[in-house]
Formats: sequence, structure tokens, C-alpha cells
Amino acid sequence: MTATALKKEIDMADVQNSKAWQKACTKDDLVAFSGIAAWLETADGPAQVAIFYLPGLRGQGDELYALDHHDPFSNANVIARGIVGDLKGAPVVASPIYKQHFRLEDGQCLEDENVKLRTWKIEFKGDEVWVEG
Amino acid sequence: MSTQQKLIIIGNGMVGHHLVEQLVDNGGLERYQVTVFGEERHRAYDRVHLSEYFSGRDANSLALCEADYYAVSGVELRTGEAVIEIDRDQQEVVTDQGRYPYDRIVLATGSFPFVPPIPGNDRDGCLVYRTLDDLDAIQAAAENATTGVVVGGGLLGLEAANALRGLNLDTAVVEFASRLMPMQVDNEGGELLREKIEALGVQVLLERATQRIEDGEASRHRMVFQDDKVLETDLIVFSAGIRPRDQLARDCGLEIGVRGGVVVDNQCLTSDPAILAIGEVALWNQSIFGLVAPGYQMAKTALSTLTDGDTQFGGADMSTKLKLLGVDVGSIGDAHGNQNPGARMFRYLDPIKQEYRKLVVSSDGKKLLGAMLVGNNGVYDTLLQYYSNGIELPDEPASLILPQSSGAAPTLGPGSLPETATICSCHNVSKGDICASIDAGAIDLGGVKGDTKASTGCGGCTALLKSVVDHELEARGVEVDKSICEHFAHTRQELYDIVRVEGIKTFSELIAKHGNQDTHCLGCDICKPAVASILASCFNEPITDAAHIPLQDTNDTFMANMQKNGTYSVVPRVAGGEITPDKLIVLGEVAKKYNLYSKVTGGQRIDLFGARLEDLPDIWGELIAAGFETGHAYGKSLRTVKSCVGSTWCRYGVQDSVGMAIWLENRYKGLRSPHKIKFGVSGCTRECAEAQSKDIGIIATENGWNLYVCGNGGMRPRHAELFATDLDDEQLYRTIDRFLMFYVRTADRLQRTSVWRENLDGGLEYLKEVILEDSLGINAELERQMQTVVDTYQCEWADAISDPEKLKRFRSFVNDDRPDPSIIMTSERGQLRPA
Ligand SMILES: Cc1cc2nc3c(=O)[nH]c(=O)nc-3n(C[C@H](O)[C@H](O)[C@H](O)COP(=O)(O)OP(=O)(O)OC[C@H]3O[C@@H](n4cnc5c(N)ncnc54)[C@H](O)[C@@H]3O)c2cc1C
Ligand code: HEM
Ligand code: SF4
Repeated sequence: MTATALKKEIDMADVQNSKAWQKACTKDDLVAFSGIAAWLETADGPAQVAIFYLPGLRGQGDELYALDHHDPFSNANVIARGIVGDLKGAPVVASPIYKQHFRLEDGQCLEDENVKLRTWKIEFKGDEVWVEG
Repeated sequence: MSTQQKLIIIGNGMVGHHLVEQLVDNGGLERYQVTVFGEERHRAYDRVHLSEYFSGRDANSLALCEADYYAVSGVELRTGEAVIEIDRDQQEVVTDQGRYPYDRIVLATGSFPFVPPIPGNDRDGCLVYRTLDDLDAIQAAAENATTGVVVGGGLLGLEAANALRGLNLDTAVVEFASRLMPMQVDNEGGELLREKIEALGVQVLLERATQRIEDGEASRHRMVFQDDKVLETDLIVFSAGIRPRDQLARDCGLEIGVRGGVVVDNQCLTSDPAILAIGEVALWNQSIFGLVAPGYQMAKTALSTLTDGDTQFGGADMSTKLKLLGVDVGSIGDAHGNQNPGARMFRYLDPIKQEYRKLVVSSDGKKLLGAMLVGNNGVYDTLLQYYSNGIELPDEPASLILPQSSGAAPTLGPGSLPETATICSCHNVSKGDICASIDAGAIDLGGVKGDTKASTGCGGCTALLKSVVDHELEARGVEVDKSICEHFAHTRQELYDIVRVEGIKTFSELIAKHGNQDTHCLGCDICKPAVASILASCFNEPITDAAHIPLQDTNDTFMANMQKNGTYSVVPRVAGGEITPDKLIVLGEVAKKYNLYSKVTGGQRIDLFGARLEDLPDIWGELIAAGFETGHAYGKSLRTVKSCVGSTWCRYGVQDSVGMAIWLENRYKGLRSPHKIKFGVSGCTRECAEAQSKDIGIIATENGWNLYVCGNGGMRPRHAELFATDLDDEQLYRTIDRFLMFYVRTADRLQRTSVWRENLDGGLEYLKEVILEDSLGINAELERQMQTVVDTYQCEWADAISDPEKLKRFRSFVNDDRPDPSIIMTSERGQLRPA
């Protein structure tokens, strides 16, 4: 398969499977100021999603973050087990393996501008945690 | 196909063997068919450590290679067959067993001990000290002897004297010159050495020229000296210098030096280009090099010459550092100051501690030309750096040899490391590379890391890198912010004091009260684990408690070391390395059940690798039920107390090292500290537990324990320094209590005791004043703080598995029971490993 063909297929998939909100877990499963991982069947196929919970950080809207659990530097699924913090004003998680930082908001790696983790929309519905994917 | 040339190596000593290794490793055997002749019956062995033959090592363990090394490599080794002639006309080498054609020869025949031409020097029981056979002869002669004399008070003579002493002989050293070790030390140094050696019960007779040896009355021999004084003894060992074994070369007409030695050029070629000479038999630029390191350099040169390379031998540094009869002696460069006209000397003599140090400095006071140390080699490494890298001396060169407490210069800090010093060995980054990165615009540690990759491998150089970068930035006028990170304008030590003084028990309280106002209140992966460690050192609450869990590195969070594929290792504590068969079986059964890779570690315990996150609680449940507890292999905390088997089993042991190791490991287990801490306990001076490479090293003496501190193995090894001697059990642990708490209190984050010690103003002397003399008046407090940690210990894993809330985290996915499907293992040597 050529690169162009591959690109086409993904485009097709995007069109065919539109994203939908689904339940990931409950508030009880979360660990405050840290992360957990969830297994989701998304429109793009199965995904391991790291979910971070920063209660009371900057008003209700900014408490939850969902990004790729997969660490592109080590190729291991470990992002949810990193330390959460903030650098230059933005909340980040540090990969537990080689310690690169990823912005929680958009998955951008601070050490390497070419690397960005996938992110998903996430929010509370009552006591449940819902992700769009 | 016979395009191969015939290479004959004469002599299978240390240097000859090294050449064989070089040939084997570098493809030399494609070109040459190699035959080695060795006169001794043993294959090459470690002559440098010959004396250990008397303290338990045998020919096999001293050998430089496995018994089948030569056969496997395809090199013919003929031991017990001496070459008696080189026939250059026929191009043949002759032994009593035959004639062997050659294309090239390498002479590596070493030297022989010089026996002065004294009548009676060939009597039974007059021996030398060079080969294993010599040592056998000495041992046999010592059996019916009570006294022994060594003729010659040089380096080897003193080593021989030590050996005789070890064979329980009343020992004397007879030296012709007016001081011991005339080559290495001056009169003051020699005098000090004499005092020290006499204090060990070895008689020293100076300025004695032996005239003859004859039958004795009370003993077997009587030595008669120039003034008709006599000395009776049963055994005599001659150690009056060495002479190159150049007879073969003389006989076949090669050029020989005036005082012996086969003349070679920079390529190690003799006057016949078909023949090379290396090692102690070779004379280069009028010099014989009686040490093994230059010999090895010659072997490398010979390899290059034989394979048309262009490596040249350019002489070698003869600086040495040794311990003779337990006495430190060091000699660097022009130690006598007689090779450099105009050189100036600084001397320091302490008659009480019996230490002598001398610096030979260039006339402008800027460069170190040589140095001499007796009684304490502590500053040897620093001085050698100055000497071999031509580093400019401090304004007061004398400060280098003064005792540390009187305001002496500290050991070489980052500023004085040479440009060539390797900082990060994973990525081979030198200090020069770091400076270049800063000059090219890097303005902080992160920038330098990005440029050079330094410290992005194993991470072992992080602290060293930081100190070099800080230093270089400061040197360029950049103000270096000592704050731990952007969230606190404090150092780790300041944070520690704040926590202690204000009794702050959580990170959120600390950052609310003392964090920087202009940042968010989250912290980061620098300050959070550092504060977690401080809180644990002070209050010892379980690290998995809700308030602390978000602070921990993943290893602490899951109480296991994360491996590169996201699985974890499981390391139960095996205090002192002692384990019952039943517990061993449990480890095996657990490893089998959960499919774990098993490996015995350097810390004398067993690592089980490849555990999946969700299996950790079950694995630990089974281990705890069998009586195991966590080994803290994941934490910056006490790792292991390594021990030798000690007096309970070992015939040399003088104390129960295992018992002490177990006791200490149980005392300090769970102590959280700035970095990991390792101990070692040996049952006698043979030091089988390698305690001197540990943060805390303990070596048994007849009267108790000697305590060493701040050693390190790993990537920047450092010998621990002797801190206190002959302590009883209680003194020992109290001293360690204070020492460790002082370290916990004052070190930077991720700073091992060795680096902490090197950066400590005032050095070891200051540390002794604080810990042993209580100069700060804090010892009672330090002991109390340590007792609190000891009293509040609990196994973190036992705590975690009894708490369902804490166990919730041990799931790969909160919403799905499946394990992480991307972890794939394959098998290697009968066990699993990451694919
Ligand atoms: C007790 C002791 C302690 C020492 N301590 C140190 C130390 O701390 N540091 C240090 O750097 N150096 C030390 N040395 C010196 C070091 O051992 C030598 O520099 C080194 O061994 C020299 O290596 P070599 O191969 O040139 O000679 P050797 O190791 O002596 O090997 C020469 C070999 O050639 C054999 N041979 C000679 N003639 C013939 C022949 N005609 N045919 C066949 N074989 C022959 C000899 O039997 C011998 O086995 C010590 C030496 C001794 C004896
Ligand atoms: C991710 C990095 C590392 C991990 C996970 C790790 C883990 C371990 C473990 C589990 C042990 C066994 C000790 C015990 O039984 O408790 C050990 C021993 C050891 N480690 Fe490491 N280590 C790491 C990095 C390093 C580095 C960077 C160095 C060198 C600077 C180092 C040097 C050593 C040494 C010398 C030992 C043997 C200790 C002894 O003999 O007692 N390790 N390591
Ligand atoms: S250090 Fe230990 S094992 Fe080694 S000889 Fe001494 S007591 Fe025996």
C-alpha cells in the first residue's frame, strides 16, 4: 500500500464513523491530581486513553483532560502514570519513562515541537466521566 | 591457503598476553599464525596481584584468561617451553624441543629480580619474589622458619615483607640506601614510612650493605654487614631491583642499552625490523617502564606496527598510588623535583597523624610537576588531575596538601575538570562539548541537554552535569538560579528546613505557603517527588496515602520499577542477602506463576521482571504471606546492605558481618533520602562485600568495626573514605544515624552521598567535626529524627494490599479488565524478555 492510499483510507474512515460521546468511567475511578487509563472503542478504532483529574484548578470546565496513553518516545502505554504539574503556566504530564512533558490541553510535547499526543473532549455527566471519540 | 605469516611471541607474561588479546580482538589472526612460548608452567597470570596468592587466591583465579582461551581463539600456547636462541640467519626460534620458523617475533620476556653478587646468595632458602613458583618456594621454606629478611626496601621489597609477615615470620627489611623506597620518596617521606612500618612490627635496617651470607647459630643463615654487624634469619628474599631479560636479544646481536634492555623505537621495533620488543624488557628513550600500564600501551603499539597501523608509543606516566603494608604511598610525575630546574617545593608533615605531602611546582607557581604522598593518598586523584591535564594551580598551591579543616582548597570541583573530562558516558559528552553548547547559546540545563544529549541516557550523570552547567553559566556571568524549579524559590535544603520547622505535612500546604505566587499551584515532576521524599524522611507516612500519591514518581506510585515496556519489576527485601531455602522456593514459585524473568542482582537479592500492573497486588500478596516485605528497589531510599559470609563460616572473618548487615538493613529500611543508599559489611579486611564502594561501608576489625562513608560504584566510582575506627555495635549505628540524617537534611535532590561529600565545604574533616565531635550541636536531634523513622516503619506493600482504595490504581484500564495488549514478550535463554 502506498502512503497516498493509506491517507485516503483514514479520510474515508473519518467520514464514515462520526464521533460519539461515550461513558469512560465514574468519578470514583479518578485519582485527584493524577491520571488513570481507560480502554475506549472510538470511531478510529480501539484507543488507550489517559484521563487526568485536576479538581478546582481553574473553574469547573478545566478539571478533566483526556489524551493518548501511548508514549511515542518509549512506545509504551504509560502516560497516565506520569506526574502532573504545570510548566510556564500550562498543566502538563511528564512521561514516566524518559520524562518529556506533554501539555494536557492539546497534547503538545514541550521538548519536541513535532510530537503531539492525540486528545479527546471529556466532561462530567453527573458522577460519570464521558469522552467523545 | 598459506598467505598467513608466522608470528612468534616469546614470553607469556602480562604484556605478552595483552598482545595476544589485542591480536584476537582486532583481526590480527587473519594475518598471522601466532605461537606463544612461555617459560613458566602457568599460563599468563596477574603478576601485579601476585601477593594475593598468599591471601587465598590460586593460580587459576590469578590467570588472565580462561584455560581454553588460547585454544578457542586459535593461538598456539606452549607453556613450560623456554626459547634458548633466536637464529636470525635461518629465521628460526630454538627451544629444547625444536626449531620454529618465524616471519616476525615479539619479545615480551619481562625482567628478572636482581640478586646482588654476595657470597652465599645461592644458599638454600635464599629466594626471590617474581613468579608463582617463587611464592611456592617461599611458602615451603617458611614452614620450618621463624624469621625472614627481605633485602631491598623498595616497592616490591616492602610487598615481599608484607607477605613474609603474613606467613607469620618475624620480618626485617634491609636497605642499602639511607631510606625506604628511595626511588619514590625523599628523606622526610622515607622516615615517616619507616616509623609506620616499624609500628607494624617489621624491623627496618637502613644503610646496610650485606658482605656475605654464612651458616647461622640460632637460625639457618647469618648475614654479615659492612661494619661486621650481623643478622640471623631462616629465610632471605632478594628484592634489590629488576633487570630486563635481554639475553636472547644480546646473543643474536640486537642493539642493547648500556644498562640493559632491548632498544626499541616509537613503533616498538628493535634494531632488526622483523623483531619487536614490549613490556619490561624494552628500553625506550633510555627508559625501562616497570609498570604494567605502559607495557599494555606498548602491546597496543606492537599490534598497530604488526598490522601496518600508525600508533606510536610516546612514553608513559609513571605516577603510582599504592598501599604498602597498609600505608598509603603516592608518587606523581617528578616527585623529587630533580628533573625540572627551578621547580619549587611545598611540604606538609604531620608527625602525629603520620602524614607527609609534597608538591613540586613550576617556577611560576602555576603548574604541578610532581607530588609525593605518604600516609594518606586522599588527594592523589585531585593532584593527578592537576598534573596530567596541566590544570592551573590555585593561588595558594599549598592549600592542596593542607588538612581540609584549615581552609584548604576543596577537591577539584566542576570548574577545574579538564575540557576532556567525560561527563555523560552514555552519549560520550565531554565538558568541552558542554561549554561549546553554552557558548553556542544554550542558557540553561535544558538547553544543554537538548544540544548534547547529555544525561538523556541512563541519567546517572544528572547531578554532575548540573554542577558543570551551573559552574560554566556562573563563569560566564549568568546568574544561576539555585531554586529547585519554577514553583519554589528555594533549594531542597531550604525546603527541608521549612518542612521540619513549620511541621508542614502535605505538598499542597507547602506550595500554598511557600510556592511562587505567579505560578499555578500544581508543582511539577521536579519539586513533587523531592517534596514527597522530604515529607517521607520527616514524617514517614505511607507514600501511597491520598495526599502523597500524586507526588510520587511512577516507581513509587506503584511501588515497583517501571521497565522500558511499561511492565514492572518486583524486588522483595532479602536483608543482608541471607535467605532460607523455603523463601527461595516461594520466589521461584511466584516467578513461575506470574511468568517473571528472574535475575540475581548486584545487591544480593532477586529481581523479578515483567510483572503487569494488574498482577502486582496478587504477587505481593503471595510474597507477603510468605514473610517477604518490600525491598524499596523503586525508591530513593535504602536499597541493600551487602554482606560477606563473615566469621560464622569464613576462616578469616573476625566479626559476624551477616548478622550486622541484617540488623542494619532492618534498621534503615524505608528511610527516604535524596537518592538511593547502599551499604556493605565485610567480616575482615579482605573486604569481600566491596563495602568501600558503598555509601556506607563497614569493615570488621579485631576490636569492632571500621566505618567508611560516601563511596560509590556505578558510573563515577569513588572509594569510600575511612570515617571512624574500631566502633562497637552501638557506636556504629549511632554514627550512621547521625551521618544519614545529616545527609538527608543537607543534600540536593538526587545527589548521592559521594557527590554531596565532594561538594561539601570543608570536606571530610568538616563532616567528622559535625558527626563525631558534634560541632553544630545537632547530634541528639539527628538521632531522635532517625529513631522516629525507625519506629514508624511499615511495609508499604502490606499497607497497600490491605486498602481497597489504594488497590484501585493497579488496573491497566479503569473500565476494562483486559491487560495492556501491546505488551509483547519473547523468550531468551529460557526466560521472557520484552519483544
Ligand atoms: C610482586 C609484584 C608486584 C607488582 N605490582 C605492580 C603494581 O602494583 N603496578 C604495576 O603497574 N606493576 C606492578 N608490578 C610490575 C608488573 O608485574 C610488570 O610490569 C609486568 O608484569 C611486566 O610484564 P611483562 O610481560 O613485561 O613481564 P612478565 O610479566 O614478567 O612476563 C614475562 C614472561 O616471559 C617469560 N620468559 C622470559 N624469558 C623467556 C624465554 N626465553 N622463553 C619463554 N618465556 C620467557 C617469563 O617467564 C615471564 O613469564 C609488580 C610486579 C611484581 C613482581
Ligand atoms: C532506570 C534506571 C535504573 C534502575 C531501574 C536500576 C535498578 C537497579 C536495581 C533494582 C538494582 C538492584 C539493587 C537492589 O537489589 O536493590 C540495581 C543495582 C545497581 N545499580 Fe541500578 N538502576 C538504574 C540505574 C542505575 C544507574 C544509572 C547506575 C550507575 C550510575 C546504576 C548502578 C547500579 C549498581 C552499581 C548496582 C549494584 C549495586 C550493588 O552491587 O549493591 N543503576 N539497580
Ligand atoms: S571479607 Fe568476609 S568473606 Fe571475605 S575473607 Fe573476610 S570474613 Fe571472609
